[in-house]
Amino acid sequence: MGEYVIKLPDVGEGVAEAELVEWNVKIGDLIREDMVLAAVMTDKATVEIPSPVDGEIIWLGGEIGDVIAIGSPLVRLKVEGEGHAAPALERETVAKPAPEQPPVAAEEKPAAPKQQREPATRPAAAPKDVASRPGFAAGTPRKEGDKPLASPAVRQRAREAGVDLRQVPGTGPAGRITHEDLEAFFAHGPQKQGASALSPNNQVQEIKVVGLRRKIAEKMALSKSRIPHITYVEEVDVTSLEELRSRLNASKRADQPKLTLLPFLMRAMVKAIAEQPQLNSVYDDEANIIHQHGGVHIGIAAQTGNGLVVPVVRHAEARTLWDCAAEVNLLAEAAKTGTATREQLTGSTITITSLGSMGGVVTTPVINHPEVAIIGVNKIMMRPVWDGTNFIPRKMMNLSSSFDHRVIDGWDAAVFIQRIKTLLETPAMIFVEG
Amino acid sequence: MKDISCKLLVIGAGPGGYVCAIRAGQLNVDTVIVEAGRVGGTCLMVGCIPSKALIHAADEFAKVARFAAGKTPLGIGVAQHSLDFTQTIAWKDGIVSRLNNGVAGLLKKANVKIVTGRARFRDGKTVEVETLTGLQIIRAENIVIATGSAPVEVPSLPFGGNVISSTEALSLESVPERLAVVGGGYIGLELGTAYAKLGSNVTVIEAMDRILPQYDAELTRPIVKHLNGLGVKLVTGAKARGVKGDALLIETADGKDERIAADKILVTVGRKPVTTGWGLEEIDLDMDGRFVRIDEKCRTSMRGVHAIGDVTGEPMLAHRAMAQGEMVAEIVAGQNRAWDRRAIAAVCFTDPEIVAVGLSPDEAKKAGHEIKVGLFPFAANGRAMTQEGEDGFVRVVALASNHLILGIQAVGSGVSELSASFALALEMGARLEDIAGTIHAHPTQSEGFPEAALKALGHAIHI
Repeated sequence: MGEYVIKLPDVGEGVAEAELVEWNVKIGDLIREDMVLAAVMTDKATVEIPSPVDGEIIWLGGEIGDVIAIGSPLVRLKVEGEGHAAPALERETVAKPAPEQPPVAAEEKPAAPKQQREPATRPAAAPKDVASRPGFAAGTPRKEGDKPLASPAVRQRAREAGVDLRQVPGTGPAGRITHEDLEAFFAHGPQKQGASALSPNNQVQEIKVVGLRRKIAEKMALSKSRIPHITYVEEVDVTSLEELRSRLNASKRADQPKLTLLPFLMRAMVKAIAEQPQLNSVYDDEANIIHQHGGVHIGIAAQTGNGLVVPVVRHAEARTLWDCAAEVNLLAEAAKTGTATREQLTGSTITITSLGSMGGVVTTPVINHPEVAIIGVNKIMMRPVWDGTNFIPRKMMNLSSSFDHRVIDGWDAAVFIQRIKTLLETPAMIFVEG
Repeated sequence: MKDISCKLLVIGAGPGGYVCAIRAGQLNVDTVIVEAGRVGGTCLMVGCIPSKALIHAADEFAKVARFAAGKTPLGIGVAQHSLDFTQTIAWKDGIVSRLNNGVAGLLKKANVKIVTGRARFRDGKTVEVETLTGLQIIRAENIVIATGSAPVEVPSLPFGGNVISSTEALSLESVPERLAVVGGGYIGLELGTAYAKLGSNVTVIEAMDRILPQYDAELTRPIVKHLNGLGVKLVTGAKARGVKGDALLIETADGKDERIAADKILVTVGRKPVTTGWGLEEIDLDMDGRFVRIDEKCRTSMRGVHAIGDVTGEPMLAHRAMAQGEMVAEIVAGQNRAWDRRAIAAVCFTDPEIVAVGLSPDEAKKAGHEIKVGLFPFAANGRAMTQEGEDGFVRVVALASNHLILGIQAVGSGVSELSASFALALEMGARLEDIAGTIHAHPTQSEGFPEAALKALGHAIHI
């Protein structure tokens, strides 16, 4: 038997470390070659780490949420024959980042004597999960009519406190109510008991903020703490646009994607940005430089099972309406399935956020730092509009947009949105060149 | 005579009543207790205590008789042995008297006023007592009925003459040559065994098909064996028909009439609650069969009137009455209490003794439980062997699902003392593992308890 170390491979260009977001194995598991051991996340891409060999897991290199340097030991395995592990002494040194090492490179080294390998690094054995054994469940709910099980002292204390022991969950053996259970009941009141009555739920669940959620949290905090947002809301009459859209969808070729409102908005933004290029910028506020981009790279905020990601339609200025639509579909699919590449998820210069039919009346979008503008799309609703003599039903949609007020003045923001409004209300103008 | 007003009046100074009064006194409740005889009740005067004294004397005598007859493997011989039964009874009376004075002293110490005489309700708040010096009226905010129980009479065998109850059996002038015991329950067998050991020819007549019918046959088997060894004749399925001269007339199981010659006929067919003579009819309490109906706080159907002990129902045991008395005193003192006891051990001081608490295997099954039963015989217990007490066993009944102990029974020499840990185990809600995991001192008979638990778990060590 030997020991084999699997190190965290290089998972992306220029990435020095990655966050551990998922363990697929635990100590003691027998694994086969190519089985996925763990998932790590760099920036916005999640990468699965497979095992190159068969073996038994004897050590895990971190907990969920830990940031691990590329090249650090990720997993130690017990394998048939000679192992590849460094002796225990070397563990400390290999734990440091060593990005120059090829991924999963493990040198042939003689297996160290067992005593030397054992100490310290082996995590303490998890306590035996008594509660999961059948018949001994902690806090077993009592059957209707069963007498609560408690010592006479507990019973008397409960009676004196006016507590009905039938309502107190017991965590002791066979569901016995302990003094601690009673104290917990005094402190927190009745726990959830059956479905018969409404009762306060005092449970607090600890959820570790890791992976994508942590990235989102950091990004949002950064944006809101750094950027003084100005939010501007305007309504847009999209009756004509919707008519055009449905006609185009009705007459589209089979190979063409179904059009949503997004590609029209994107093309309108391209037009408006041509007149106000400062909106299509990335503001490096530490260097005090605005990088005003020629290419319009539109980030599309998309909800996935894990949270918010922003795939990027690159060079919208060079894409047709149909092209934009196709790219949006492609990216949305990639984001949903988690297969979006790092390139597809970075490099935007302006962002659209849309909640579709959940879009509401008004939102206050958070700018995708370090950009300077975000356009929020609200729900299209049939509203009565006064045309001078009558109320007529029109399809109306609000745009709720935020701007970095440090570099975008309110006037410029208003002009930008008014331009987009004009373009969307008279969609032919989107397609007029020059 | 000046009327007395008090917060608590206890009628009857048996184990329920006097405990109630002492506890109330401790809690500074102004308490009066009324008793017609001496304090202590059936238990102290004509029950538990004197019978145990008699049984002890009988055991000692039987031991010496065995030595004298050369029937012991211990190599002990006795040249002469004799019994001065008058002195035996006097010794017994001495113990009763000491305890009796002890209880009176405890009541005094607790500032409880003792009124001697027969109490009778006038209404729910007033009791009159016929004392030696006249009629005493006592008004009380709370009244506790603790009138206890009395031996049941068989119509064809009225008490008197040679037909005696357990009370008289504890104070006979001499050991009867021939003793017929009607009723093979624990009282009849305890006394019958004692007299058999003291030299009587004892015949036990039981109407059911076996003695001690409230216990299962497995538990009573060692008793039957010992009774046979003592020469006690057991007639089961038989009915007492009457008395004629110095003979008891019975009808046997197959319908034949028989005569059993007897100098004394001890009738022990049970006990009945004392519900007459104290004015139950004046206050018209709700009844539960023969007994006064009580709720979980020992309250009767009349406000401010509690009842405790044998007058309230089965099991008619002193320790139940004491626990009820203590509880009622605390309720009267304003504390929040209710009856939620799980375990009331029942002990049978036969030879060997039986102790039972909680459910027997049959009762547990009848209640719909899926159970595990573990039985450990004293034949495999070192201490039992060294005391010549190998008969008997400890038996544990537990839920199969979570090993919660439902009942514990034992039969064997001296097992009455095991009742403490049995009751504790049940009251605390022990599982088999709790008992198996408690170190029991070696060499003691108590080791049978964890061994029985281990047996139920499937890995007893010594069997």
